[in-house]
Amino acid sequence: MPYVGQAVKRKEDYRFLTGRGVYTDDLTLPGMVHAAFVRSPYAHARIRAIRTEAALKAPGVLAVLTGEDFAREGVKPMPVGWLLPTLKIPPRPVVARDEVHHVGEIVAVVVAETRAQAEDAALLVEVEYEPLPGVADLRKAVAPGAPELHPEAPGNVAFTWEIGDEKAVEEAFAKAHKVVRLSLRQQRLIPNAIEPRASLAAYNPGTGEYTLYTTSQNPHVHRLMHAAFILGIPEHKLRVVAPDVGGAFGSKIFPYPEEAAVLVAARRVGRPVKWAARRTESFLMDAHGRDHETEAEMAFDAEGRVLGLRVRTLANMGAYLSLFAPAIPTYLYGTLLSGQYRIPAIYCHVTGVFTNTTPVDAYRGAGRPEASYILERLMDLAAEEFGVDPADLRRKNFIPKDAFPYATPVALVYDSGNYEEAFQKALELADYWNLRKEQAELRAKGRYLGIGLSCYIEACGIAPSKVVGQLGAQAGLWESALVRVAPTGKVEVYTGSHSHGQGHETAFSQVVADLLGVSLEDVEIVHGDTGRIPFGMGTYGSRSAPVGLSAVVRAVEKVLDKARRIAAHLLEVAPEDLEYREGRFEVKGVPGKAKGFQEVALQAYLAHNLPEGMEPGLEATAFFDPSNFVFPFGTHVAVVEVFPETGEVKLLRYVAVDDCGPQINPLLVKGQVEGGVVQGIAQALLEEGVYDENGQLLTTSYMEYAMPRAAHIPRIEHGYTVTPSPVNPLGVKGIGEAGTIAAAQAVVNAVMDALKPFGVRHLDMPLTPEKIWRAIREKTPVAAD
Amino acid sequence: MYPANFRYIRPQSLDEAIRLLEENPEAKLLAGGHSLIPAMKLRLATPPLLVDIGRLSELRGIREEDGAYFVGALTTHAELERSSLPLLPLVAKVIGDPMVRNLGTIGGSLAHADPAADYPAAVLALEAEILAKGPRGERWIPARDFFQGMFQTALAPSEVLVGLRVPKLPGYRFAYEKFLHPASGYAVVGVAAAVLQEGEALKDVRLGATGAAYGPFRLEGVEAALKGGAGPEEATRSYTPPVSLAEDRFASAEYRLHLLRVLARRALEKALAG
Repeated sequence: MPYVGQAVKRKEDYRFLTGRGVYTDDLTLPGMVHAAFVRSPYAHARIRAIRTEAALKAPGVLAVLTGEDFAREGVKPMPVGWLLPTLKIPPRPVVARDEVHHVGEIVAVVVAETRAQAEDAALLVEVEYEPLPGVADLRKAVAPGAPELHPEAPGNVAFTWEIGDEKAVEEAFAKAHKVVRLSLRQQRLIPNAIEPRASLAAYNPGTGEYTLYTTSQNPHVHRLMHAAFILGIPEHKLRVVAPDVGGAFGSKIFPYPEEAAVLVAARRVGRPVKWAARRTESFLMDAHGRDHETEAEMAFDAEGRVLGLRVRTLANMGAYLSLFAPAIPTYLYGTLLSGQYRIPAIYCHVTGVFTNTTPVDAYRGAGRPEASYILERLMDLAAEEFGVDPADLRRKNFIPKDAFPYATPVALVYDSGNYEEAFQKALELADYWNLRKEQAELRAKGRYLGIGLSCYIEACGIAPSKVVGQLGAQAGLWESALVRVAPTGKVEVYTGSHSHGQGHETAFSQVVADLLGVSLEDVEIVHGDTGRIPFGMGTYGSRSAPVGLSAVVRAVEKVLDKARRIAAHLLEVAPEDLEYREGRFEVKGVPGKAKGFQEVALQAYLAHNLPEGMEPGLEATAFFDPSNFVFPFGTHVAVVEVFPETGEVKLLRYVAVDDCGPQINPLLVKGQVEGGVVQGIAQALLEEGVYDENGQLLTTSYMEYAMPRAAHIPRIEHGYTVTPSPVNPLGVKGIGEAGTIAAAQAVVNAVMDALKPFGVRHLDMPLTPEKIWRAIREKTPVAAD
Repeated sequence: MYPANFRYIRPQSLDEAIRLLEENPEAKLLAGGHSLIPAMKLRLATPPLLVDIGRLSELRGIREEDGAYFVGALTTHAELERSSLPLLPLVAKVIGDPMVRNLGTIGGSLAHADPAADYPAAVLALEAEILAKGPRGERWIPARDFFQGMFQTALAPSEVLVGLRVPKLPGYRFAYEKFLHPASGYAVVGVAAAVLQEGEALKDVRLGATGAAYGPFRLEGVEAALKGGAGPEEATRSYTPPVSLAEDRFASAEYRLHLLRVLARRALEKALAG
């Protein structure tokens, strides 16, 4: 029985569950010392002076490095990896020199023998600041007279960007029967991986080689950025190792100032230097997510068909541009605004805005939840205005299954889809029409049930590289794999993808084991070390199955091709006469005449009897650059009860029907959907990163930032449809972000549905009890009291 | 962050602990450590000396004494959750999570006097008495005199909270209603109720609130209305507390007032229903 398609339990779990995982902070190198950072307490300030004498005299202190030191060392600003035509790129220093632009920005680095000594000494560094007016709020930042962060960006505008046909949209609105409008806010989210970031840098002056152990989703991206762009050292002299990584959600894609700082510090003090973030530092420095203000309007004809969509968004970039920040509210957002719907005309305009806040970049979903949220909220509001059920309005507007490949008016061509099937399945699983009856019955009894739908698409495995280059990416988005067969027939797979919770070691092994006809235990997946793997682009944007695993498949095919030629030579037949089955090359029509994979592998290395001119060995490298993105999709249904007396929301049920094409491992798919859904539910009801008007982050611990807990989440009911993609050998689509993309609007739609009797039209996330209570009370003062 | 440097002593007796406090006015007592250690890690607290009383057997355990219960200061939330004391098990079971409940102590919580902690509402409703011991001996402090605002108690600097006396309150019925802060798990508002009925007649009612203000308080206005014959709904609907209410990002004072009224009504209804 093939492994693919089975709910195989994760190979990696044995080491994780028995406490044998090795994370960056678990590593100790001989002579290792520790770094602590002096960080700005101000959102915006000029640095008048830094006095380091007291810190330098403190016990165990080896060095105190300031922005001046980093400048003298030739350290360059943090790079930006996605360019837009109007983009302004103010330099983001590793260590601030003249001005600080957000709370938490690094002002000095203290290196000491122990972590406690480093932290004690960091408190002795005296920094004299001249506080400057700052701005944290998006709208205030673009208002006339707002304090400006950077001379390069007048009016705090980082970029303006548009997509779609504005004129066609105007025409669509001109002939519309009905226009539905919505102003909405996507709150700021803070990623909160369970493992805080950590980095350990070592420098060998004898060879000039650096090693950086760090929490990375993409070690080669880290290597390229730190070596070539920040430190200016030869790329091949830096090895980046991402050992076990405990979650990331995008926050570990980007190179960070702390990583560059420990590399420089290791060179300066001549000893390995480690830093591990305190949770407060994670809140302050890990790239945040979302933070949009949006005006959206959708035009309909008299029958409820969508004619056009117009969206204007202010997107908060934070104080500087993080690595891929410009791509998130543009190419990963505006291009997704067709969703599952046939929309003839779409126009989207985005203004990227600098504020005195932590930089914002990709966070699970990255642009796509924001787009889907707009569509799904508008669909619900429109259904209400048309007086039809939201399910019926959506069904009327789906792109039909025979329309694929489908070109949207916002640059994408959807590979494959069958939206109606997943939708129908979700309605059946939820028992939607009976829920509507139950809702009506409960309302008559003074109880407020709400049902929310969310029909989403995800775009993942962004490709091909040529196209993403034209869109501004300063990187190719292919993936690499090296498959190396040992003389005993054991298989090592070196992948450029990186697993930090996804379970690649299991899923990739399943595919390789099936293709080679070997057992799961005979396949080892190696990742996360630039010293071992071929140049790889890493894991983000749900790309590992469609892109990374496709490269593995291609490399396995090359290995099998060579093995076939060796087997044919040994069996004295033509390669075409062989059939590969269950780990053996069999001569077609001659039962028993065969060579096993292990024997062929041994012969490849013995090289005593290889075909004329063939090189010994059995390994192959492949680079896979897909011809298009893949577009997973599905429909989610949330059922809530709202308690008007206190404004509390109870999530009663959550139904998720997802289509990621053929599933390699249904257990992993389910896990990815569940984790993603929980994050989306948390956005809808709980999480919010809040700054005060001076740019102080108020949510810097779990005392204030509400993470989802088991009690907040009902049992998630799963369903699946299977629509293969034509753009990769396995037909697979990513599933890492689908849940997060779908869930927030399913829950918000459900809560708003429950609040309909009170005349509440829209509330922004998170839907906290007081917000709901106030909204009800404003509309119906008596009902709430 | 790591705490600042500190000395650590584990005294062998309560008297030794008191002496250490007397000799070191800046010293802090360490029991379960659930409030002190986080504050030290954030360097909000930088005591030069920690006096670890966590293993002093004379502060442990629940016993019957003079017709009441005596609860040692080191009794953990988990022990109270499993006990048959009046009201306190209902409160202990909604504190934190099992790990917190296995380490956190009632004495530590009361002495810390976090305005959003759960126990203060209950000890007010129980009319418990707190036993403090200092260099000049022991004294009993009624719960209503013990809490003196945010993180402030009647304990003198070198006094140790030894335990509390909880009356048996035969025939009373109890309830604790808590509105959890979604992040911290502390009480945005918590209301503890103790009621005594004889047939249909209400003989006694005591309501304690936490979280709502900057310290715990009794809902005397509600109690009076109930004793005057009002039902829970009528007694709580337009109740105005005697103190100004707390306000934070999660809940305004106005919303807290609303929650206080709702939770008081629910606690009463639940207690009356038995």
